[in-house]
Amino acid sequence: MVHKNLKLIIWFAIALLGAFALSTIALSRGESINVLWIITAAACIYAIAYRFYAAWIAAKVLVIDETRATPAERLDNGRDYMPTNKWVVFGHHFAAIAGPGPLVGPTLAAQFGYLPGTLWILIGAVLGGAVQDMVTLFFSTRRNGRSLGQMARDEIGVIGGTAALIGTFLIMIILIAVLGLVVVNAMKHSPWATSTVAATIPIAMIIGIYMRYIRPGRVLEASAIGVVLLLLSVFAGGWIDHHETLRVFFDHDGLPLAFAIIVYGFAAAVLPVWLLLAPRDYLSTYMKLGTIILLAVAIIILRPDIHMPAITQFTDGSGPIFGGKLFPFVFITIACGAISGFHALIASGTTPKLLANERDIRMIGYGAMLLESFVAIMAMIAATVLEPGVFFAINSPAGVVGKDAIDAVAKINSWGYAVTVEQMNQLAKDMGESSLFARTGGAPSLAVGMASIFGNAFGKGMLALWYHFAIMFEAIFILTTLDAGTRVGRFMLQDMLGNFNKKLGETSYMPSVILTSAIVVAGWGYFLYIGVIDPNGGVNILWPLFGIANQMLAAIALCVATAILVKSGKLKYAWVTALPLAWLVTITTTAAYQKIFSDDIRVGFFAAANDLSAKLAAGVLPADKASIAPQLIFNQHLDAYLTLFFVAVLWIVIIDMLIICKHALQGLRILPLSDTEYVKTSM
Amino acid sequence: MLNLTKMGHFLLHSWRGVRQLSGDDAYEQYLKYHAEFHACTIDAMPALSRKEFFKLWQDSQWQGVNRCC
Repeated sequence: MVHKNLKLIIWFAIALLGAFALSTIALSRGESINVLWIITAAACIYAIAYRFYAAWIAAKVLVIDETRATPAERLDNGRDYMPTNKWVVFGHHFAAIAGPGPLVGPTLAAQFGYLPGTLWILIGAVLGGAVQDMVTLFFSTRRNGRSLGQMARDEIGVIGGTAALIGTFLIMIILIAVLGLVVVNAMKHSPWATSTVAATIPIAMIIGIYMRYIRPGRVLEASAIGVVLLLLSVFAGGWIDHHETLRVFFDHDGLPLAFAIIVYGFAAAVLPVWLLLAPRDYLSTYMKLGTIILLAVAIIILRPDIHMPAITQFTDGSGPIFGGKLFPFVFITIACGAISGFHALIASGTTPKLLANERDIRMIGYGAMLLESFVAIMAMIAATVLEPGVFFAINSPAGVVGKDAIDAVAKINSWGYAVTVEQMNQLAKDMGESSLFARTGGAPSLAVGMASIFGNAFGKGMLALWYHFAIMFEAIFILTTLDAGTRVGRFMLQDMLGNFNKKLGETSYMPSVILTSAIVVAGWGYFLYIGVIDPNGGVNILWPLFGIANQMLAAIALCVATAILVKSGKLKYAWVTALPLAWLVTITTTAAYQKIFSDDIRVGFFAAANDLSAKLAAGVLPADKASIAPQLIFNQHLDAYLTLFFVAVLWIVIIDMLIICKHALQGLRILPLSDTEYVKTSM
Repeated sequence: MLNLTKMGHFLLHSWRGVRQLSGDDAYEQYLKYHAEFHACTIDAMPALSRKEFFKLWQDSQWQGVNRCC
């Protein structure tokens, strides 16, 4: 009894502390606040959500059954189905869901101030993202680890399944393009960054050959060598940067770098996985986990102040990084970190086949998403500890603030943020870069933020090394996502083509491999190319498009979950998934409506296309802009129709789901539930 | 003394976890699995060599969506 009361008091204290920290960050105006308040608020919210909300969902909504054998136990084959220790599954699952998304999104959304993004990351994760991951993991576990697309087909119907499939394919294309753009912008005219990123390719190959032929299967040994080589490549990059003749080989404009990435992407999709993809993935996973832990430690040691205001004037839609008002665009810009539809593919793929017991679902599904949300919080911190003037100078495209440093500084000063040309030059010199103006995409500003945090915590003399370490860290797992995404896109395309021609569906048939890889690479390569030639930086168009697509996929996953809950007679609990679903539908539909119909040329695709057409016809564009205008106009139209397509797909699935639910409640004949029979566990 | 033993256990467990997480011990796990389920059946096949197993294991890891945004 005493024990129980003590527990109650502790949880009450955590709730009070969390509420106090949250009100401090929400109500502080004018003076800078310490990051410790944000970390405290986050930790308390996560703890309470995990202890109470997630536990309640597990016990009452899903009714998790510890005595039920999981697919890993029933179908154990020692390879893909295998009961595995829950911490190991947690590690696999987290490594799979945590990509560059939670780092880039918050950095871009920081243009609204630190508060809106932080609140959305916290609330979105505990009520939306973590719930989506957990229920999807549960439902897939009860269906032998079936994929989201298969579950959509089984539970809602063919239309839902096809929509999920097409949605996944398109989001992959957009995602890879925008990530490619982030890497290109980080490497543009930076011999240090370019040579370091280039070095990761042969390093991965050496490790691949080592693991395959020299010492087969010695994964840790090989990875350790790889990590050492990667760190050396950061030093070597610095040496190349100072070398008069060598640096020329790595000093390039955006366009050649984009073509290099396109060629690389094709090669990575066609080459056997053991040579490039798998070893690169090992290295990126260690780098990712190591750097995230290091960043958390550094932030806690250093406890820096946030310099960005809580809310900026850009909530009115005039933001330099991307156009559009706070609602709905902060919710679109931060997808991963709050809620990410892509996670549903992982939660319904590899992870359920490893679960030893259903009771691990809360920790793995809900817990891993909370950790990812914390990564997003750290990215937000790294962006907002920078002086706002510096943040905007790095992230504002030349198309908005002007190509000239003096113009850019004047423009940023006119917004009320202090920054000088000398300050930016000194910063660039400290970071070992030629310029940090208009380095859009989020990676350079995140790297500057991380370098200053690392530098202050572990020694200031090595800022340039820390900066390029951060760039290498971001690039290596962006490229992993790019490789893996292209490959998955290729599989999906081969699967679809296999319906028309059996031979094309064979994953080892080389002509089909080359054809489908080329189609996928051409798809994202096109968007990457347009993004690079766009004077507004491309990220401002591609990132919202990616956000809409990712939230749409999340909405489809929540539709499947809601349908299953209603069909299983749990209507009274259906709000658990229906509430985040309703929110996602509201934000994606509003965002899509504005992207298509807004008169603001920085928001509406058609408005921007018409504006550019008029200027082109009137002959007021300078020659360099006039030559690319037709391509930009075509692309704006294409993006508008793509957005329209996304919303149409989403609404078709929702209507389909609502009809199924209505029929289920009326007792009419519907597709039966597809979960497997109960088998008692023997473990 | 007791603490030292405890710490030793903790380190050993962590090391096992790291090996399992990275797939470093995948072959040993496979051998165990093979000995348990296959070796005693009539049509038992000899266990794969480390090299053969690693090829199959690595390829099976990259069949679906395993990396996210």
